Amino acid sequence: MNFSEISDTLITHFGDLVLLHKAEVGDSWVEIPKDKLLEVGRFLKENPQLQLTYLNSVTAVDYLQTDPKKLKRTSWEPHIKVVYHLSSLFLKHTFVIKVTLPRWSDEEQNRLPSLPSVSSLWSTADWQEREVFDLYGVEFTGHPDMRRILCPDDWAGHPLRKDYTPPQEYEGIRCH
Amino acid sequence: MLDPTLINNKNIEYDAQTNEMLINMGPQHPSTHGVLRLIIRTDGEIVSEIQPHIGYLHRCAEKIGEHLSARQWIPYTDRMDYLAAMNMNLGWSLTVEKLLDHQVSKKLQHLRLMICELGRIASHLVGMGAYGLDLGTASPFFYAIREREKILDLFEKACGARLTFSYITPGGVMADIPEGWIDECKAFLDYFEPIIKQYHTLLTTNAIFLKRTCNLGILSKEKAIDYGCSGAVLRGSGIDYDLRRDGDPFYTEMYDGYDFEVIVEKEGDYPKDYPYPDVPREAQLGDCWHRFYVRMLEVIQSIKLIRQSFEKYQSIPEPIEKPLKLQQKLPKGEIYLETEAPRGQMGFGLFSEGDPIPWKVRARSSCFCNLSVLPELCRGVYLADIPSIVGSLDIMMGEIDR
Repeated sequence: MNFSEISDTLITHFGDLVLLHKAEVGDSWVEIPKDKLLEVGRFLKENPQLQLTYLNSVTAVDYLQTDPKKLKRTSWEPHIKVVYHLSSLFLKHTFVIKVTLPRWSDEEQNRLPSLPSVSSLWSTADWQEREVFDLYGVEFTGHPDMRRILCPDDWAGHPLRKDYTPPQEYEGIRCH
Repeated sequence: MLDPTLINNKNIEYDAQTNEMLINMGPQHPSTHGVLRLIIRTDGEIVSEIQPHIGYLHRCAEKIGEHLSARQWIPYTDRMDYLAAMNMNLGWSLTVEKLLDHQVSKKLQHLRLMICELGRIASHLVGMGAYGLDLGTASPFFYAIREREKILDLFEKACGARLTFSYITPGGVMADIPEGWIDECKAFLDYFEPIIKQYHTLLTTNAIFLKRTCNLGILSKEKAIDYGCSGAVLRGSGIDYDLRRDGDPFYTEMYDGYDFEVIVEKEGDYPKDYPYPDVPREAQLGDCWHRFYVRMLEVIQSIKLIRQSFEKYQSIPEPIEKPLKLQQKLPKGEIYLETEAPRGQMGFGLFSEGDPIPWKVRARSSCFCNLSVLPELCRGVYLADIPSIVGSLDIMMGEIDR
């Protein structure tokens, strides 16, 4: 199946909940609300016509324009998108789903945004979601072991966020 | 003293029982292939739980990619899987080309295939040799390094570097191969092909090797898919999937018109023309031995591919084109493309907002997913079997930590 056939299947089943994004250049994707993620994920995995049993990658993109010169041309509000790349090894097709999150879940920017974990559907999400948590600061609820994976446990901040500033010093070691 | 807020109950170090023992392996353990740290909870000789700690080689290459143009990021892909740097270069180059919808010439595709399959041979040779080292036999490593040296000499003649090549770049290669290179490559393959037999005598059929790898660390088909395993680990479990045949058309086009087999381990007999037709009786599908054997057979397929590419490359007289500009403007859009690197499916993602510098780059590491299955495989094995299981996954820490 190609992308539009899969997205049609999804739209006939879920209706207006899923939002189709047709890209002129590159990959198209389907946007789903975060509270429906598990439901949609299970459908994609278990539907016999889709069989998207292989989760290639989980990643996030931080949309925050830090360059004041480009701010005028920027059309979006600051947000984070979590991107899931799925594929089926038997039917040989791929699919992309995305979930939009706020950059912080409160006004004071203390609490990280959260998202249901899909590690119960695809075990590979276990480590990949830990990586997204580590580098982007997105918490996954229902994850079996939510802690940092690449950075040390006591590292401050989430390095792949656009407004991240590297520390001057870590444990008495100068970083610059 | 550790900060008490850092103490996590999930962390097995903190709730050890008195009759159990915690063993720390690495990060500088020789048989962990780099800086992998394993915390092993053992009950006598039996491993009850294992927890890998990674990140000692983390350089945040993805962050660096947000500050460089697409072509400038090529040297950073070299440093991910430094034993198969050519294949890493190819993965990123194809991703950029796909976003630009830039089709390279047929001649260049043949050249890239030739180079990448040589890279695959070099990488599998180290994988084989290092696996021998893990299990306590040093000589296969010297055999492997001897042959790899010749491949590196060929690469040096093509691009000047021996480890971090940066040879394949978006839109082309750094420079065409010099005159006489193909003859040298042919001579190498003629020399190398009969030698593979020696490796099978040294390792594949070695009684001690069989004892230490057969029927150990069995990964079922379902688990392999569930954990996102790829490459030899996936095919060693009996799943017929290779991106060179089943992948994105933008990538598989390179292999159009080539005759090669996807090596899948299966139970039962192998065709007679395989170098070693009999699978030992002890071996089970998905065990360490099968994962190792897939690599050994893949080397033969790579030789076959390279031999075919010579003629195809030489039949096109036109010179190859120049690569894309250093500050090539990228269209707004995003691409995620996976290629079949020696260690599995290496995925590169490129998220662009219309500048020459990508908004975000993503490197999905195959070894990262392959390693995540380790706690599953190591439950209930003997402590001494852990190097054997880790070695069979053929991990590369530079790629896992990125």
